Amino acid sequence: MSGLRYVYAVCHPYESPLQRQLSGVSGAPPKRLTHHGLVAVVSTVPEHEFTEEALRANLEDLDWLTATARAHQQVIDALTAVTSPLPLRLATVFRDDSGVRSMIEAREEELRRVLDRLAGRVEWGVKVYVEKPPESSDDSRAGRPPAKAASGRDYLRRRRDQTRAHDDVWQRASEFSDRLHATLSAFAEDSRMHAPQNAALSGATGRNVLNAAYLVPRADSEEFVELVDREKDDVPGIRVELTGPWAAYSFAGEFSEDPGVES
Amino acid sequence: MTVVERREIALVDLLDRLLAGGVVVKGDITLRIADVDLVRIDLNALISSVNEQVPSPWGDSP
Repeated sequence: MSGLRYVYAVCHPYESPLQRQLSGVSGAPPKRLTHHGLVAVVSTVPEHEFTEEALRANLEDLDWLTATARAHQQVIDALTAVTSPLPLRLATVFRDDSGVRSMIEAREEELRRVLDRLAGRVEWGVKVYVEKPPESSDDSRAGRPPAKAASGRDYLRRRRDQTRAHDDVWQRASEFSDRLHATLSAFAEDSRMHAPQNAALSGATGRNVLNAAYLVPRADSEEFVELVDREKDDVPGIRVELTGPWAAYSFAGEFSEDPGVES
Repeated sequence: MTVVERREIALVDLLDRLLAGGVVVKGDITLRIADVDLVRIDLNALISSVNEQVPSPWGDSP
């Protein structure tokens, strides 16, 4: 029994070797399997971890999921350094090499089309969080010291501003996110929305209100990053986080019914 | 590119992509991980298990 074949990605043939010492899911090194001029990057995984029943249980095992996701990402990351891989969904497993070859034959046309579409592109992730408004944010924003109110009217206004600040932050965050997304979408070739992240899962402070992915030519990445940097301003109570560059995970699976992609 | 520090990738960002992104091809054994609902359920189960663990395994190191 030689184990199963875990497939990380499909690529056009690439010249450079992957970094040495790279280990895949379950520790075995990834290898190339070339078929019909396409390269599947695969490694051997133990069968007992990847039966349907085991997989179902393993996905709820945080340690297993973490190790598997990170190992998968490491291989994709190494591939991203030498080519533009088409990443596969986590835990795509075949019985043997011939199963992988059959898959390539069956999906060859679509794989080529998506690979061509993603060639030279990377994905950037942008998230917007709303944080609790800081005390006296209005004062500090205006560059004034939180001095004593000059009059009762000033005092009341200040109080009102403070209690309103919280509601305003939500309103501002929503407008800010819409604006940011519009700007970034106009620059990027494509975009995808992910569901907002649960704070319990992410450990991030504040509430995630935008969780988007943008497809950007690798050559334009620096400009994209600068654009995000410029747009994120310093809006009180709002935090912008950028992740990437990623392989184009979020854009890999959605071209099937989209034949008319213009270039 | 100097603007972005290469910090350790947060597990949630990774799972957004690995469980909801990527090409779905029918493996020989693959369970229906393509089914996002199933994934959501799994993640909900995870949240409760995370809360019992200290420290959070995906918290950023200081």
